[in-house]
Amino acid sequence: MSILRGIAHVYGDNIDTDRIIPGKYTKTLDDHLLASHVLEDLDPEFARKVRPGDILVAGHNFGAGSSREQAAIALKTAGISVVVARSFARIFYRNAINIGLPLVETPDHAIETGHLVAVDLEQGMVIDETAGRRYSSTRMPPVMVAILREGGLVNYLRRYGDYNDVEAR
Amino acid sequence: MGQTIAEKIISRHAGRPVVANEIVIVPIDGAMATDATAPLAIRAFRSMGGARLWNPNRVALVIDHAAPAPNEQISNLHGLMRTFAREMGCILYDVGEGICHQLMVEHDHVRPGDIFLGADSHTPTCGALGAFATGVGSTDLAAAWLTGKTWLKIPTSIKIVLEGSLRPGVSAKDLVLFLVGRIGSDGARYQAVEFTGAAIRSLSLASRMTLANMAAEMGAKTAFVEMTGLTLPYSYEPIQADPDAVYHAVFSFAVSDLRPQVAIPHAPDNVVSIDTVAGTPIHMAFIGSCTNSRLEDLQAAAAVLRGHKLAPGVRLIIAPASRQVFTMAVRDGTIDALAEAGATFITPGCGPCVGTHQGIPGDGEHVITSTNRNFRGRMGNPRASVYLASPAVVAASALRGVITDPADVL
Repeated sequence: MSILRGIAHVYGDNIDTDRIIPGKYTKTLDDHLLASHVLEDLDPEFARKVRPGDILVAGHNFGAGSSREQAAIALKTAGISVVVARSFARIFYRNAINIGLPLVETPDHAIETGHLVAVDLEQGMVIDETAGRRYSSTRMPPVMVAILREGGLVNYLRRYGDYNDVEAR
Repeated sequence: MGQTIAEKIISRHAGRPVVANEIVIVPIDGAMATDATAPLAIRAFRSMGGARLWNPNRVALVIDHAAPAPNEQISNLHGLMRTFAREMGCILYDVGEGICHQLMVEHDHVRPGDIFLGADSHTPTCGALGAFATGVGSTDLAAAWLTGKTWLKIPTSIKIVLEGSLRPGVSAKDLVLFLVGRIGSDGARYQAVEFTGAAIRSLSLASRMTLANMAAEMGAKTAFVEMTGLTLPYSYEPIQADPDAVYHAVFSFAVSDLRPQVAIPHAPDNVVSIDTVAGTPIHMAFIGSCTNSRLEDLQAAAAVLRGHKLAPGVRLIIAPASRQVFTMAVRDGTIDALAEAGATFITPGCGPCVGTHQGIPGDGEHVITSTNRNFRGRMGNPRASVYLASPAVVAASALRGVITDPADVL
């Protein structure tokens, strides 16, 4: 996993999955349709202004609420390369890893919108290049690192056919 | 060292003693997905190379989130689920059978001590009968279909002790709203919640499901309700935490003086006592969802509305939890009393709770609802305001046209 570098879009605490993608749009298998409505009720301009490689930055409890994986898919399809948040809701956290959207839990970041941010997933390091500040992140469990390394749980299981016990230890 | 309920259940499945924060791969006992999550799970399962389910008798699909379909796109997704269920030989609950969590309990798909995965965030509802039931997304569920396993981080646990007994007219919903307000929307994040204490020992299974259900609004991974006093249609061994189990936190509340509670816009943990919001005008009222649409909920509403008419300008929509609940409420006269009062009945299922079909509020409207989430836009319109309350409060408010304590009308 390489270093991801992009422009930060910063939002606050408790961004729930209804605001990431409203329930009325989730009943589809068209990922681009999801992406066209991403964060619509939070920032109606977001879907238009996001560029491939951009980084979403948030506060506490990002992705609270519904189990809808469409929330992670919408962000990934819209071009978000990695989500940096002070903390994540648990189902969203699993979903993002499972579909190959990297996440870093960075409890004390002070990143601002428009800053150029680099994320080193291997080292768990988040660098706000504009502000010249570095933040360390919470370590991800080995099983999640293994899934993310394969690009998600689909690829992981296509490759291994089953969960690998060794990685859980 | 003593074990929490979560540690006990996972230890049995892992075949060795486990403690909080360990990560294990465990066999599961059942898996459920809905029309909101199954289509993506089917796509993921196929992409994984899946040809057969690990155990078709333990896999249930439920069409409840947008049922019946409001448009051709959703109807085709339902068709995809029907085809998949037929090919795989798994269980399918089609339009009108009811809400997924209700069906899992009613039809005996989950039992005490099970590890149960649901591709729905309110899966902890089944913790009311002592299962380790947790919500996952579609790809996690597809992996469980394929392997019969999942990976889990064993959660730390929070114990909530509820002392005293609830006043008449105060329900499990008021209790859990109060707790969500106190614990906060991420206060139990990644954790298991154990509800215990005198106040819950007399609660019905339905009320216990209400309690476990909204642990999701505290961010919990799963929830357990103490099994003392719980009767199930089969014999079972109650699962209890050891007296020396280790908890992340223990909260104790005396609940005998608790009044009806309301979560005000736009967060489920934005909870106030009813006096703070009594008199707020409402336009739409809804009784439904996996939180509160069982027989006792409809009966509580009927007790308020029997022999009366809804306030002018208020619409009351009711979606029973299941076909079984609906038929029981028909037989005992509950439906009659509610229909006479002016209520509108829709298909057993999730209904307006998820904002996909049927009963989407208009701009500037106030909704009082027995559901579990009032996030902005949750019910399909970000310009509406949603208040969460018990079925009795919803009914009393529909009767008066303003948010009303049921004690004022009974």
